Amino acid sequence: MTTTSTAADELLLPVPDEDGAPFWEYAAQGELRVQACAACGRLRFPPRPCCPHCRSFDSEWRRMSGRGRIWSYVRPHPPLLPAYAAQAPYNVILVELADAPHIRLAGNLVTSADAPLDSVDPARLRIGARVHVVFTETGGMAVPRWILEKS
Amino acid sequence: MTATLKDATAIVGIGQTAFARHLPQSEKELACRAILAALADAGIEPSEVDAFASYTMEETDEVEVAKAIGAGDVTFFSKIGYGGGGSCATVGHLASAVATGQATVGVAWRSRKRGSGPRPWKNTAVQLPTPGQWTRPFGLLRPADEIGMLARRYMHEYGATRDHLFNVAMACRNRANANPAAMMYERPLTREMYMTSRMISDPLCLFDNCLETDGALACVVVSAERARDCRQKPVYVHSVAQGLPAQHHGMVNYWNDDPLSGPAWTAARHLWKQADFGPQDVDVAQIYDAFTPLIPLSLEGYGFCGRGEGAAFTEGGALEMGGRLPVNTGGGGLSEAYVHGFNLINEGVKQLRGVSTSQVPDATTCLVTAGEGVPTSAILLRS
Repeated sequence: MTTTSTAADELLLPVPDEDGAPFWEYAAQGELRVQACAACGRLRFPPRPCCPHCRSFDSEWRRMSGRGRIWSYVRPHPPLLPAYAAQAPYNVILVELADAPHIRLAGNLVTSADAPLDSVDPARLRIGARVHVVFTETGGMAVPRWILEKS
Repeated sequence: MTATLKDATAIVGIGQTAFARHLPQSEKELACRAILAALADAGIEPSEVDAFASYTMEETDEVEVAKAIGAGDVTFFSKIGYGGGGSCATVGHLASAVATGQATVGVAWRSRKRGSGPRPWKNTAVQLPTPGQWTRPFGLLRPADEIGMLARRYMHEYGATRDHLFNVAMACRNRANANPAAMMYERPLTREMYMTSRMISDPLCLFDNCLETDGALACVVVSAERARDCRQKPVYVHSVAQGLPAQHHGMVNYWNDDPLSGPAWTAARHLWKQADFGPQDVDVAQIYDAFTPLIPLSLEGYGFCGRGEGAAFTEGGALEMGGRLPVNTGGGGLSEAYVHGFNLINEGVKQLRGVSTSQVPDATTCLVTAGEGVPTSAILLRS
């Protein structure tokens, strides 16, 4: 486990663990990849050492299309950590992946990769809306964000 | 299998401190006061206590408590994880220990200074890498944000509305308005107040959230045989269950195949299997309510209605006095006090003693549940 310190005025950075590290390494290359069992092929999330279906410890990271739909969303208001309060109310969406609908990634719907977390008009948030992934660079990491398919 | 916990033990003492946004005493002192009050209620000497059970999140450990209250040699101690999910399991663990002869007098407790103390989600230095790495950077920071995500989906799938969540908040507030010990005793709630209150994590508003509370509670568990000689009418521990469903992920159960089917369903299957009665026979229920959506989800999980019917169940005053299922008759976490659900255990005991401030006439059975949305626990009590 690596530790990453984040200043109080910055958004939190992911703190990858051993199982999750490849996700972030692929993200740094602009790729959205999900762990799959190398034996039975089933995708799983969050990543973990062993396949819950066939108990194989061999895994691979399969590239996703980067498309999905909004499964649900919230709009947090303060009290929040300062960096988040500064952008509140923002959105957090849960995206079910088009390639694997049972895998749902938390993220933020934004107007462009580097736009603020509150950049999308809340009226446009809708369960079922189609989105695709983009990546933003922050604190030396690439973090996925999501853009509406229809603008 | 011949061994059973069914009615083998009973809760014979309950105790609590005041509930407030700020209490001057330390958590340790509050814990000791609640435990001593529970033992006095039972008429049992502190030196007889030989078992302790609490939550892993309880800061006051059994070494300190045993020393302070003057317990004798302790032969059983246990801590249950997952915050509010552990509340009922504390009673379950003591019941198991007493029924199997590992101990004779068990005390369960929870002491907490959440009203005046720090909020756990602010301590980002100790955020777990999993699943924190998949949620925290995106601004899912607090339990309200995590449950709000499930609530929005639940509303979308089943046509639940904010009015349904208001029904839950209102039932708890009405009971608190009758309970002088409740933090919201003299503070009525109206629909207008609810609908115009500030959002915490839209779709959840201020009144969908439990109270920030300082306070402590405790209860005493002994064998059914011993209970007959105690000062109070015994409240029997009829059935106990814990539940950690397959492929469950904790508060962020978004990666389960069916995130809206939570741990309540798993705990309920075991709870009812061990019981002589079913949901239709429950006179009153104390259902964990850190957030209003947990009530409809739990009503479904524990079998009071079908899947997706929990919101509609709250209509027509069903949760109020005289309704189909009066809930959280002390005011619950939403309006009495939020002490990780321990007040629900003690309120269940009060109902079966017949001394609740919102007494359900002739109540003889009570369901108490622990936190839904995390690995959970539940107990069935009967008089």
